[in-house]
Amino acid sequence: MKKIAIIGAGPAGIEAASILAAHNFEVTLFEKSSTPLSNILDKAFLFPSSVAAADLVDELNAKLLHDNIQLICEKEIVNIKETNDECKLFDKDGKTYFASKVLITTGYTIFDAHRKEELGYGIYKGVISSLDLEKMIRHKQIKNSIDELPQRITFLQCVGSRDEKSGNNYCSKICCVTAVKQAIEARKLLPQAEIYIFYMDLRMWGQTFEELYRQSQEEYDIRYIRGRISEASATFDGKVQIKSEDTLIGQPLKMTTDLLVLMCGMEPSPGTKTLAENCQIAGDYHFIQTIDPHLHDNETAQTGIYVAGSAKRPMSIRDTLSDAAAAAMQIMSDCQ
Amino acid sequence: MSQYFSPFVLPFCAAVLVLLGICIWKYVRWYKHFDRLQKAIFLKNLISWKFIPALWEAFREGILHVRISRKNLVLGYMHRSIALGWFLLIVVGAIESHMAPTESHPFWMGIFFRYFVHDTPSPGISMFFANLMDFLLLYVLSGITLAYLKKVYSRIVGMKKVTKHVIFDQFAKFSLWAIFPLRLLSESLSANLYHNGGFLTQSVGDLFSSSFASTFELLSWTCYSFSLAIFFVALPFSRYMHIFTEIVLIFFRHLGLKERTAKTGFTMYELSACSRCGICIDNCPLNKQLAIPNVQSVYFLRDLRYKRVKPEIADNCLLCARCSSDCPVNIDLMSIRQQARHKQELDTQHNYQYLDNIQPFNAIGRVGYFAGCMSHLTPAIPEAMVAIFEAAGQKYWYMDEDKTICCGRPLMQQGYLNQAGELRRKNIEMIKKSKIQFLITSCPICYQSFKKEYKLPVPVIHHTEYIAGLLQSGKIKVRKDDLKTVYHDPCELGRGCNIYKEPRQILKKTTQLVKAKSEKEDSLCCGYNLGNTLINNEQQKKIRDAAFKNLMHKKPDVIATACPMCKKAFKHSMDFPIRDIAEIVKDNLIKK
Repeated sequence: MKKIAIIGAGPAGIEAASILAAHNFEVTLFEKSSTPLSNILDKAFLFPSSVAAADLVDELNAKLLHDNIQLICEKEIVNIKETNDECKLFDKDGKTYFASKVLITTGYTIFDAHRKEELGYGIYKGVISSLDLEKMIRHKQIKNSIDELPQRITFLQCVGSRDEKSGNNYCSKICCVTAVKQAIEARKLLPQAEIYIFYMDLRMWGQTFEELYRQSQEEYDIRYIRGRISEASATFDGKVQIKSEDTLIGQPLKMTTDLLVLMCGMEPSPGTKTLAENCQIAGDYHFIQTIDPHLHDNETAQTGIYVAGSAKRPMSIRDTLSDAAAAAMQIMSDCQ
Repeated sequence: MSQYFSPFVLPFCAAVLVLLGICIWKYVRWYKHFDRLQKAIFLKNLISWKFIPALWEAFREGILHVRISRKNLVLGYMHRSIALGWFLLIVVGAIESHMAPTESHPFWMGIFFRYFVHDTPSPGISMFFANLMDFLLLYVLSGITLAYLKKVYSRIVGMKKVTKHVIFDQFAKFSLWAIFPLRLLSESLSANLYHNGGFLTQSVGDLFSSSFASTFELLSWTCYSFSLAIFFVALPFSRYMHIFTEIVLIFFRHLGLKERTAKTGFTMYELSACSRCGICIDNCPLNKQLAIPNVQSVYFLRDLRYKRVKPEIADNCLLCARCSSDCPVNIDLMSIRQQARHKQELDTQHNYQYLDNIQPFNAIGRVGYFAGCMSHLTPAIPEAMVAIFEAAGQKYWYMDEDKTICCGRPLMQQGYLNQAGELRRKNIEMIKKSKIQFLITSCPICYQSFKKEYKLPVPVIHHTEYIAGLLQSGKIKVRKDDLKTVYHDPCELGRGCNIYKEPRQILKKTTQLVKAKSEKEDSLCCGYNLGNTLINNEQQKKIRDAAFKNLMHKKPDVIATACPMCKKAFKHSMDFPIRDIAEIVKDNLIKK
């Protein structure tokens, strides 16, 4: 029985593991943190169908129960070396493991909004990240900085993505529709609040996203303003004052809001960065580079090392799952 | 005269007259272009004791080249040997020719002494002079040799890059380099014939046969005279104009003259005082990190002097003042760069009517706090300052809390003088009417502007000075923690306003301060200076990364700085902790 190592027990890692296990491979799944799926666990609902994130977590966890899968948590793999058709994995403490193939599914992390200090994240209580809001929605409690129901919520798109200043020129792909989804969820919890989304342009790339966007305006009264927010400051009553420009009418505008939600982009996770660098497979922005974006999109320049999911570029959960399946198929065919 | 005259002295004599004529003509013309204030200052201070320190500095810098020696000993030696050696050759030569028992002492006699004077009644004295003059000649020749070597391998004088000179400067340089070997040859040939040489010329002269010496003696002296003549005529038009102008400039500075916002005759003196030594090239971040080769101060001043400066060269400068701190002539490079940027046509198209709607505030008994536009983009800094004011029990007026008026310096830097003037006018009115005790700024850009470009009736201090004062007087108390910090000197605060001490005092009281590799005057620009609008984000990052590497020398935990711009620079696309000194102080406050 061939041994396969998978690094990162997120949706990609688990999906690939379960497929490989079902085909009689012996899979070892390494996870840095104490539980698998920690990124999804923060989420409330998943677009496009607003399915509860907890349901997906349960289903994916069930897949882990296969006899051929061994899950090792709190184990960070930092380097992989390939010798004589075998891969040697090194963990942080220098311990080694062997596998015939390795699949990297170390995923993403969200952009640290502290780096855009002008937006006041970490300085003003009313400024939160998309992840913070997702947690509030999960607990069905959206509160402003003084623990009252917010009268007005403002979303800002493209924080730390499509932004030369922060060094991330790429589009993170999922934030546009996430904001639409979160705005709808917020509306369900706060029927009276005003909800604004500041955007550069809205990229509704999924088949159902455009419709969701239309619904958000017609049924949920979400208002869209084209423009970026240049700076935020606090008001005496604990609200946030923002400066922006409505670029469709060409007017500068100032407004106060209870909550400013920063739609933070995706960056390679620290684990992705470490492996990309140590295995010399780093691509643009420290994501992992594949050999070819069309036909060899799961293989890396190092033989025996494969990659799937958002470790190679920003990806939605759906794309991640199908990419993981593709990676599993590739590994199987290469093992024959 | 007849005895001490030969036709070969004519080129030399004519060239001296031409040189003097052109220099005087130029200096008078430039003086006429002084503005009224400069003329008034000049005439008021002309006769004063200020001459004494000026004379001393002129000797130190014009002859001894002390500032260059501080940069690099070999380079200093090279300049000093040529300047001091030649100066003494002239002085000692003049003394020698005056002491010679001849009927007349024409002024060229000191230069061509060994050709005309062969034997003297007191051989002891003449031997002393011959050896002394030989020693001086050897001293100069050692400098010229170094100059040759510098051209081949500049690292022996500590320079990675040297100036690429225009053809005319090369021509002048080669005529200068020819003078002293020709002098050695001529005096040696004469020594061969008349045995009047010192240890050097006599031993070189004895290598030749006497027939060779008698054939070529006159030709050699003629060439020597011509090389002098060519150099003297080329001097006022080449970089060697700095020899005299630097000394004049030192006197002017001691009389209280300085650059104005527009180009004046004083600027012409400064342009001609640049020796094009090229010391400014190596440390320029645009050269070092971006390999942009043609925008450094040496090239900019040269192009400006020859009236062919291009706007893209004038604008392509961070105004980080790294070259100013390196310049051995102390030329006010930043002011000259800004003068050349003046965008006259665009400068009138503005509308600042909204300024009239901003009302002054009565702030008697309070201090003024001006955060600045940039600090509004790093809100942790003003937040920390407000907390510090409250901890110190300081009554304050947050002047730009809501309606921000720019200090005008970014506009000044880009050459929009009228527009900057509008903003300045409003800020001055606001500050005057508020009756504040003094003004505190968080942004070194505003600080430099308020300090130098405004004439305010109240003192202006940067928040690091203010906090250092509070700590000293005990108005606030802080605890010291184990955090290892390194201080990044902002260009505008350090080289711009000479504030190096206070930030370090504060950091020593609150953290474990470690040193950066280069700091204070030699600190590296973060690259995000508003002075340059021509470089792109990637280029800014390259400059920033070099500054970051310089700070990481002793592996600190945190970078501390005192400028919102620098803070933003290090925060962009980096995960390393960077904090303003005010934030560190706020976190370490001991509550009373």
